[in-house]
Amino acid sequence: MTHETNNHYAIETRGVNLYYGNFRAVKDVDLQIVPQKITAIIGPSGCGKSTVLRSFNRMNDFVPSFRMEGEILFHGQNIYAEDVDPVMVRQRIGMVFQKPNPFPKSIYENVAWGARINGYKGNLDELVEQTLRDAALWDEVKDNLKKSGLSLSGGQQQRLCIARALAVKPEIILMDEPCSALDPIATLKIEELMRELSRQYTIIIVTHNMQQAARASDYTAFFTMDDDRAGLMVEYGETHQIFTNPRDQRTEDYITGRFG
Amino acid sequence: MQKELITHPPLADAGSIRAIHLKKKPRLGEMFIQGFLFFCGAVSILTTLGIIYELGKESLLFFQMPGVTLIEFFTRTEWQPTIGKFGVLPLVTATLMTTFFAMLVALPLGLSAAIYLSEYASPRARSILKPILEILAGVPTVVYGYFALTTMTPFLRLLFGDQVQVYNTLSAGLVMGIMILPLVCSMSEDALSAVPQSLREAAYGLGGTRLETALQVVVPAALSGIIAAFILAISRAIGETMIVALAAGAGPNFTFNPFLSAETLTGYIARISGGDVAYDTPDYNSIFAIGLLLFGATLLLNILSRRLVARFREVYE
Repeated sequence: MTHETNNHYAIETRGVNLYYGNFRAVKDVDLQIVPQKITAIIGPSGCGKSTVLRSFNRMNDFVPSFRMEGEILFHGQNIYAEDVDPVMVRQRIGMVFQKPNPFPKSIYENVAWGARINGYKGNLDELVEQTLRDAALWDEVKDNLKKSGLSLSGGQQQRLCIARALAVKPEIILMDEPCSALDPIATLKIEELMRELSRQYTIIIVTHNMQQAARASDYTAFFTMDDDRAGLMVEYGETHQIFTNPRDQRTEDYITGRFG
Repeated sequence: MQKELITHPPLADAGSIRAIHLKKKPRLGEMFIQGFLFFCGAVSILTTLGIIYELGKESLLFFQMPGVTLIEFFTRTEWQPTIGKFGVLPLVTATLMTTFFAMLVALPLGLSAAIYLSEYASPRARSILKPILEILAGVPTVVYGYFALTTMTPFLRLLFGDQVQVYNTLSAGLVMGIMILPLVCSMSEDALSAVPQSLREAAYGLGGTRLETALQVVVPAALSGIIAAFILAISRAIGETMIVALAAGAGPNFTFNPFLSAETLTGYIARISGGDVAYDTPDYNSIFAIGLLLFGATLLLNILSRRLVARFREVYE
């Protein structure tokens, strides 16, 4: 893989190794994320795909035994450099989690909270409406903004979490298996939404649903577990190529369902 | 149309299935344990009922005495049952003052310590600090009483001069706060720790700092548990006896000056039951009335806490 600095990648990892204590969870990842595209990370359970995703906005900082080697560049800036504030990183790189996790607050507050703590100066009402529209949730909740976010269905909750992330105005949205707790119809809605959002945002999605990666992403990275149980990236390229013409035998085995 | 799409699978061959016994079986051990557990629960309930009965019976004797009326009991500001003065207010105000000062110490410090332990401390720091804090809860209250008398009061006299009496409600209240602090801290910490990690991740993922996450997301989500801790702490302060008996004063005094000595409800009961008081004297009967008052106050607080908990609950699951 190439190593020259290339500022127009949204995220670029260089020789990244991720550890939990002495256990190397992920090894030697060199990955370039193209802005305003959807990149899917797929692979079997335990291959470290979530660990990689969570290292992109320093969510792993909260795991005391976590350690990382290498560099993760956000528009050329190493987000793990000494003088980088992880809070600022997370304002630019938002996250949507596996299980919908709205705050036990009103729908309005769920969306407004992130903007408010980040010092948003404009009209909050407008921002809330706009982001709920962007998250394709406005029509369903506009009369009930005071109701608890937890009163919504699972799919609506997940779109609320997406709206909440959008309200902070990030550039990148990380999605960690956002549809794994949702039914197929809610899943399809999220996928349509992702397509819509990718005009403005860079989206990186971890999924164990291969059809989802094939349907919804522009680029796909295939991870697997090595003999030492460390995850590694086997193959990375345009989604179409990965799914129709994989170069590596392991990728082919996985996507054709022979393994994993 | 629809119906034709459904094919019912054929029945299994009956010969291939073992004989079926689904009749109820008597289980003696199970019955015995169930009875035993019920007995244990019943004992505590019966004890409570017995206490209520005894308190009520004796209080009735008190209120039937000549010259005692409910109105006088709750409105007069002098309490000298021996000479026919039956206004409970001086004892109530002393209790309110010691409780207030105790809460002034226990609530902010306890909650702050809980937030530190749950949101900031490393697992290592927590594993060291929590047991130390719990030692505070294990100190006998009589020790706290002497701590108030021999350390806190001289310290207050140093600060405020001789206007501070040797026995005073401020000193007793503050030390009581230190005693209750571990209770508030430990219960609040339990409530904070029970907030799912996913909520913290959500807040951090939006660019929240530790403080914003702790105060604006975790504390509100744990509010019902925190309020329950606060109310339990108040109950505890109202009922605490040894510290106030030793350090607050031994004589009813209707005052709101925290530097003066004043006797609390519990302090009065302790003093009267500790002395030689003849059966069926006004003094003797009065302690049951005060016991009932304390009982009612704590019961009311518990009901209030249940109401508040239900109201403020931010359900997260």
